[in-house]
Amino acid sequence: MGLELYLDLLSQPCRAVYIFAKKNGIPFQLRTVELLKGQHYTDSFAQVNSLRKVPALKDGDFTLAESVAILLYLSRKYKTPDHWYPQDLRARARVDEYLSWQHTALRSCCTRALWQKMMFPVVLGQPVPQETLSSTLADLDSCLQLLEDRFLRDQDFITGSQISVADLMAIEELMHPVGAGCQVFENRPKLAKWRQRVEAVVGEDLFREAHTVILKVKDTPPLDPAVKELLHSVRSLLQ
Amino acid sequence: MGLELYLDLLSQPCRAVYLFAKKTGIPFQLHTVNLFKGQHLTEEFSQVNSLQKVPVLKDGDFFLSESSAILIYLSCRCQVGDHWYPPDLQSHARIHEYLGWHADNIRGTFGVTLWARIIAPLMGLQIPEEEVERNKTGMSQALQQLEDKFLRDKAFLMGQEMTLADLMSLEELMQPVIFGYDVFEGRPRLAAWRERVEAFLGAELWQETHAPALNFLDQWTKNTLLMLRPESYPSFLLRIARIP
Repeated sequence: MGLELYLDLLSQPCRAVYIFAKKNGIPFQLRTVELLKGQHYTDSFAQVNSLRKVPALKDGDFTLAESVAILLYLSRKYKTPDHWYPQDLRARARVDEYLSWQHTALRSCCTRALWQKMMFPVVLGQPVPQETLSSTLADLDSCLQLLEDRFLRDQDFITGSQISVADLMAIEELMHPVGAGCQVFENRPKLAKWRQRVEAVVGEDLFREAHTVILKVKDTPPLDPAVKELLHSVRSLLQ
Repeated sequence: MGLELYLDLLSQPCRAVYLFAKKTGIPFQLHTVNLFKGQHLTEEFSQVNSLQKVPVLKDGDFFLSESSAILIYLSCRCQVGDHWYPPDLQSHARIHEYLGWHADNIRGTFGVTLWARIIAPLMGLQIPEEEVERNKTGMSQALQQLEDKFLRDKAFLMGQEMTLADLMSLEELMQPVIFGYDVFEGRPRLAAWRERVEAFLGAELWQETHAPALNFLDQWTKNTLLMLRPESYPSFLLRIARIP
């Protein structure tokens, strides 16, 4: 059994891993784990990742969780082109710096934006106070500003003149609020141009394929009450 | 000019970086950035890091923020033992797996005690008891996962030897301990791991690293810390608002 990737393209880090693997021609078996069906709570999935999260990787006996770990593992094992995770110490440090920052900054507001604007009210049938949503969207706005001013600046890509795993992780975060109907790129020409560059490298077809789930999320049918119960952990996203 | 580190040892990730640099004998110039006095908000410090955060590393004209990025950079740049950041494919993956989980579950969670007990009151704010309790539950769940998924029966988080992960992790856990909530109580496996890390680092370095935080606690106990004007510290207010 070769490499298996356990993914749900609803999830930002899963999309980044999917695009990376496909773009680099890494052969893998896709194991879809549908979060909205509670499939991450099955015993069989717990064997792959006891933390019950996606993305997860299984390579023979070796299982691995956490998107950054997975991206770096794949880049090393399959010897992907250097620009994805450069050998040069300083260039690589810039990628590491972004990957660390995004985890506690951009991830949170993009996830909350999707859940508070779309998932709770439309899919779970649970209204969200306007104040909460406004605060989240304000946070998102600040994060996007930091992304532009501190990381992207006048560069073509986040860490310089070439695309890296940092750009994949970033674009996937931004596609999350896009899926919720937020105007992320419309008033931000710098980010919009960066998005075009990333899409051009990734390829239109692959980019479209990776985003079918998130862009149709508003059409998700109402959830089974049993699954709603299982998803109680997402209540923390109401903040 | 050699390496320079901008740190406040009140901060968990700063202590991890400090411990690493000192233990591995990396020569550096220390710039203390006193967060409590708002030194991270100065125009001068913005030149060092426009995100207004510590730790920051300066290597010639190269500035780097984010503790994990700094630790990784230093371990590759300087002559340090391989065990800190092992190069083989799977060990390397495991460290990054830990760092990813750490960002979600440890970072942010273990800092709350200091904010709730000391900093918020000094800003004239009260963090609701239910938030404090929720944080304790959060810490408890994280500690259980740390033990069951990462440490298990190993000497250190990744295996038989110390790595960057142990420093990042332990310094977060030390924050509530220093500020009055012993997370190791009732957790003998984690307590034993802590002892091993401390023994590896050495008592002198351990004490030196934690002295500023203990000194801060001492000042608070003696009521010699000044009140903070909330409007001068919008980032502190944001941090407090983010406590679930």
